[in-house]
Amino acid sequence: MPDTQMPNAQMPDAPMIQMINVNKWYGNFQVLKDISLNVAKGERVVICGPSGSGKSTAIRCINRLEQHQTGQILVEGVELTDQVKNIDHVRREVGMVFQQFNLFPHLTVLDNLTLAPRRVRKQSRADTEAQAMHYLERVKIAEQAHKYPSQLSGGQQQRVAIARALCMEPHILLFDEPTSALDPEMIKEVLDVMVSLAEDHMTMICVTHEMGFAKTVADKVIFMDHGQIIEVAPPAAFFSTPKHERTRLFLSQVLKH
Amino acid sequence: MTLSLADIIPFLLLAARWTLLLSAIAFIGGASGALLLLLWRYGAPRTGRRATAIYIQLLQGTPLLLQLFLVFFGLPLLGVEVSPLAAASIALTLYASAFLAEIWRGCVDAIPLGQWDASASLGMNFVTQMRYIILPQSLKIAIPPTVGFLVQLLKSTALASIVGFNELTRSGQIVANATFKPFLIYALVALIYFAMCYPLTLGSRALERRMRITR
Repeated sequence: MPDTQMPNAQMPDAPMIQMINVNKWYGNFQVLKDISLNVAKGERVVICGPSGSGKSTAIRCINRLEQHQTGQILVEGVELTDQVKNIDHVRREVGMVFQQFNLFPHLTVLDNLTLAPRRVRKQSRADTEAQAMHYLERVKIAEQAHKYPSQLSGGQQQRVAIARALCMEPHILLFDEPTSALDPEMIKEVLDVMVSLAEDHMTMICVTHEMGFAKTVADKVIFMDHGQIIEVAPPAAFFSTPKHERTRLFLSQVLKH
Repeated sequence: MTLSLADIIPFLLLAARWTLLLSAIAFIGGASGALLLLLWRYGAPRTGRRATAIYIQLLQGTPLLLQLFLVFFGLPLLGVEVSPLAAASIALTLYASAFLAEIWRGCVDAIPLGQWDASASLGMNFVTQMRYIILPQSLKIAIPPTVGFLVQLLKSTALASIVGFNELTRSGQIVANATFKPFLIYALVALIYFAMCYPLTLGSRALERRMRITR
């Protein structure tokens, strides 16, 4: 087994992401309370919950856009601490898609995709452009490669953002409410891309209100409220027989329409 | 002895070269200093935020004339003799670095936080983020206030006349004293300042227009 000879070798079944009793405060307000969570390789996790429940903060801790104060977070066995080396390492392996797309407005779509591979991974322009076109085709938007983000619709921008994350060849993808800023008719085109990634067994964590997506592709659904994980269950059980009153209340509200 | 305008105008124009030189030194020095302050502030916020704020407040909160005096009379006390040009260059550079750092801080802060998040999530380190994401976007909003300050800086070089640096204003004083026509002479001097500042404003507008198109 070549894996076992590596210094940071993990057990074959070790989780890709481990959060162990993670706590975080903003001043006196506790946003994350004792969050513990394992995500296995290839696992697709959906986190839902009311706004302000800490779900975005939780996934932003995984690539350290936010810092947790107590507890441990390990990504592929590398613990996230103040050490810049570890943070850089984790960020290279973890891609993220944001609610507001956050494309770079001063760069073309193609440059949005190639910048990080060139400057972070030090790949050649030719290689990164070929790779970028490959991922743009995958999100069905190759013909827009030379446009600027402001010339695209919201759904197109979000698909570019997904392709941009994929260009770093991440092992894990984090989605932070990727469809919440989209007009209804554009949600599907983004969800289609996410479903196809899920079908390829990309390890992914999605914060989303799209319960249909959770039902079709999630391996497990997590419900958070007030900074705590209230319930974790496979989608079938989560939607048919939620154990907790708060989960039932939440589901009755989101599934109503 | 009477001096004709044919003598006076070339004399003033030659002196204006020194005004331009001093402005260029102060602007280039100040811009470099401001860039370093900016990198310190955002690259090492724990120390940089506080330290740069103190520096900026000290220099913005004292008159430029006094800063000029402190450099011109202070450095000799430390055993460093400075020429009027050197003293004026140092004082104006410090002054410009503080103002530009504050102007540019505003421009960097105007970039949405999502740009920092996205670039960080792609594994870019601070220098890469600044170089390819934050500064290129800040540049566009920075042009009008930066040129505005450059115009102000050019006019502020007049203060260097007080420590005996022979730039445009001091030459104007000399000629005014010799000709007993202060109004005429100072009007000429003002006109020459205007002739130097106005093209800067025009250039800034052209640059803004060009950047709007390339966006």
